[in-house]
Amino acid sequence: MYVAVKGGETAIAHALELLADRRRGSRDVPELTLDQIDQQLAQSVDRVMTEGSCYDRQLAALAIKQARGDLIEAIFLLRAYRTTLPRFGHSEPIDTSRMSAERRISSTFKDVPGGQVLGPTFDYTHRLLDFSLMANGERPTAPTAPIDAAQIFPRVGDILEREGMLEPPPPADAGVSTQDITRDPLTLPASRPVRLQALARGDEGFLLALGYSTQRGYGNNHPFVGEIRFGAVPVSFVPEELGFPIEIAEIDVTECDMVNQFAGSHDVPPQFTRGYGLAFGHAERKAMAMALVDRALRAEELSEAVISPAQDEEFVLAHSDNVEASGFVQHLKLPHYVDFQSELVVVRALRAEVEARQQQAALDQAAE
Amino acid sequence: MSDIALGLADPAHDSQRLFRTLLDAFAHPGRIVSLTEGLAGVGSLSPAATAFLLMLVDRDTPLWFSPDLDSPIVRDFVRFHTGAPLVAREVDAQFAFLTLRRAPLLDGFAIGTDLYPDRSATLVIEVPSLVGGPPLTLRGPGIEHQACVGIAGLPASFVAEWSAHRALFPCGVDLVFVAGTELMALPRSIAVES
Amino acid sequence: MPDTVQQNGHGEGAYNYAYLDEQTKRMIRRAILKAVAVPGYQVPFGGREMPLPYGWGTGGIQVTAAIIGRDDTLKVIDQGADDTTNAVSIRRFFARVAGVATTTRTEEATIIQTRHRVPETSLKDGQILVFQVPIPEPLRMLEPRETETRTLHALCEYGVMQVSLYESIARHGRIAKTYNYPVLVNGRYIMSPSPIPKFDNPKLDRNPALQLYGAGREKRIYAVPPYTSVKSLDFEDHPFEIERWTECCALCGSTESFLDEMIVDDTGKRRFICSDTDYCQERQDGQRR
Repeated sequence: MYVAVKGGETAIAHALELLADRRRGSRDVPELTLDQIDQQLAQSVDRVMTEGSCYDRQLAALAIKQARGDLIEAIFLLRAYRTTLPRFGHSEPIDTSRMSAERRISSTFKDVPGGQVLGPTFDYTHRLLDFSLMANGERPTAPTAPIDAAQIFPRVGDILEREGMLEPPPPADAGVSTQDITRDPLTLPASRPVRLQALARGDEGFLLALGYSTQRGYGNNHPFVGEIRFGAVPVSFVPEELGFPIEIAEIDVTECDMVNQFAGSHDVPPQFTRGYGLAFGHAERKAMAMALVDRALRAEELSEAVISPAQDEEFVLAHSDNVEASGFVQHLKLPHYVDFQSELVVVRALRAEVEARQQQAALDQAAE
Repeated sequence: MSDIALGLADPAHDSQRLFRTLLDAFAHPGRIVSLTEGLAGVGSLSPAATAFLLMLVDRDTPLWFSPDLDSPIVRDFVRFHTGAPLVAREVDAQFAFLTLRRAPLLDGFAIGTDLYPDRSATLVIEVPSLVGGPPLTLRGPGIEHQACVGIAGLPASFVAEWSAHRALFPCGVDLVFVAGTELMALPRSIAVES
Repeated sequence: MPDTVQQNGHGEGAYNYAYLDEQTKRMIRRAILKAVAVPGYQVPFGGREMPLPYGWGTGGIQVTAAIIGRDDTLKVIDQGADDTTNAVSIRRFFARVAGVATTTRTEEATIIQTRHRVPETSLKDGQILVFQVPIPEPLRMLEPRETETRTLHALCEYGVMQVSLYESIARHGRIAKTYNYPVLVNGRYIMSPSPIPKFDNPKLDRNPALQLYGAGREKRIYAVPPYTSVKSLDFEDHPFEIERWTECCALCGSTESFLDEMIVDDTGKRRFICSDTDYCQERQDGQRR
């Protein structure tokens, strides 16, 4: 007999095998190694680590390979692994002023202490397909200045801040542990640290569109890139038994300090305000979009009218997570025939009532 | 540390079994269940209270002990096995362990808010016995018609105090009475009459 | 802390028994107790990322993972059937990470995880029915903001729901809501029964089994204890009614079960069979004996 979507054990097993087979693709083509993904698809790895909230290039590369390059699927894989890891504690806040920066630009000043460092960027590439990449030729190593680990890049924001032109960053709540959105349910209104966590994990495309909308008048942003920097920062941890921080790793991050105009008020002199973005690896688009949305979400705090989607905390936080969104959109593929049957029953009944009324009306009319 | 009593022998499976028993008690207020995972009571805590502690308490759940239950043995046990913060004020506790000596029994604990009634304390109350006390009738969710219980040592004022407390519903505390290895739950949804 | 990750001995050594770590289980267990204590109230919980997609039962899976043990017998259904792909997938998951016995027989199961149906066979004291919930908030389609709906629940201010049902009557001559039909639990909280057909609503009322509802994406757990009043919302002049079919099940002849409609050929010929595959099979077996 006809069996609807009832698949069963065997069908699923076969589907899994087929998927694994398709993932491998033609056996005539060498299989990708995780090192290749890590090195040559580095920005995919960066995105998966950022939105997967897990800094591990090998695991992210594995997730990308397993997901056939579907980055949202890879983010999902990495998160589902991360959630099972025991938690030993949390690191000290990273200090990006100690970054050994490979790239650092400011669009608010022509020159800044430490200088503008262009670094590896797509910004000035001409988007012409490079057919030389189709051939398997080796590429000469790019000329680079020797890295000066002692070189310190003072943050542009700090300089403006000293002048009182820019609001200081919110004070660190010493001893108060920030809520962890991967462990505690989100409650609204949310604090800025909670919002920033959600944005850091948030879907790049969603944040990009929202950030963009603020530039087009949906949110009253007048942003300047105070600074974008990318490079390695040390991570420290205080083991309970030692009581002082030890350096446990070095990670690459991209930071964006977005400077926004603020009109000031009767009592507060006009001052620039901040939007902040931070992402693992090299992810400028993400960090910038995050900074724009962070600033937009501060509307209420800064007594601005909340009228646009990007300013609406509940709307943004409830919809920024791509693993949640992807799951719920795609769950429509699951069978819904029980609900649909209920709808069929009622729609048929309603239609029958309307038809009966129409027939009756026609009879009444004929009788007149 | 060697004089600290052992915890659950097989944490994942023991606490699962204990929890299912506790869930059964919460789902059937007035039902007496037995928490038997071979645990001895620690300090002045009964085996049932000790089991409750080991299965549900951890570093995310602030704890409070009434003075007559508090002791260095209990504190060391809690610190070693659960890592739970011990709080000085009962209002800060998510779980409170007390005896019937406290009067009024229910005052001073977190009862949640109308928006978040779940932000409330669960009280684990040591009693001499879950039977033989003044007869009480329970009605409410989890009870088909009515349940008759006789918790020993319950003060006469309890029924009135509980009724007043229930007027705050959905806010309120949930009670767990323990005696030896036995336990009975009285969630805030339950009406109690003499 | 002595407990953390334990090997479960089922070939998935990197993961704890029933997938979740013990700390997460404790957190969920605490939420479940609150849910039981305040029937129908949605308890926020620190929902974890599960290895199955959001919207595919992660809430139900987390609830099941937090309560399941080696002594349990698990049944998983989707649309009433044990053999729908997602039910198979979830059952496989628990067989793998918790090593539990599974069954398709409603009466043999100690835990039944379900999506969109309540079994036709009456449940017993001691059984636990775990619902997978996509949108736990019954007022969500009337008021999208959590901050608003939470306040409405706190104030027990449910006029917006009454108005919406009344509008349906004004428009269609009846309450046209057919699934996820709102209920009032223990006279206090309006609750989403999850997208079960309203046909199943009467089974929720004073059921001897414990009902636990898990919404993973929305990170909420709620419960209906045994023998608790669950009333489908209605009006005196428009009492609550369930679906009826003029057909009976083509396989077991039942006239009392929820029927799935199947289109069996290109001319649109239809056939009706029980949505609850276990119930249908039991009846067929009984007829053969």
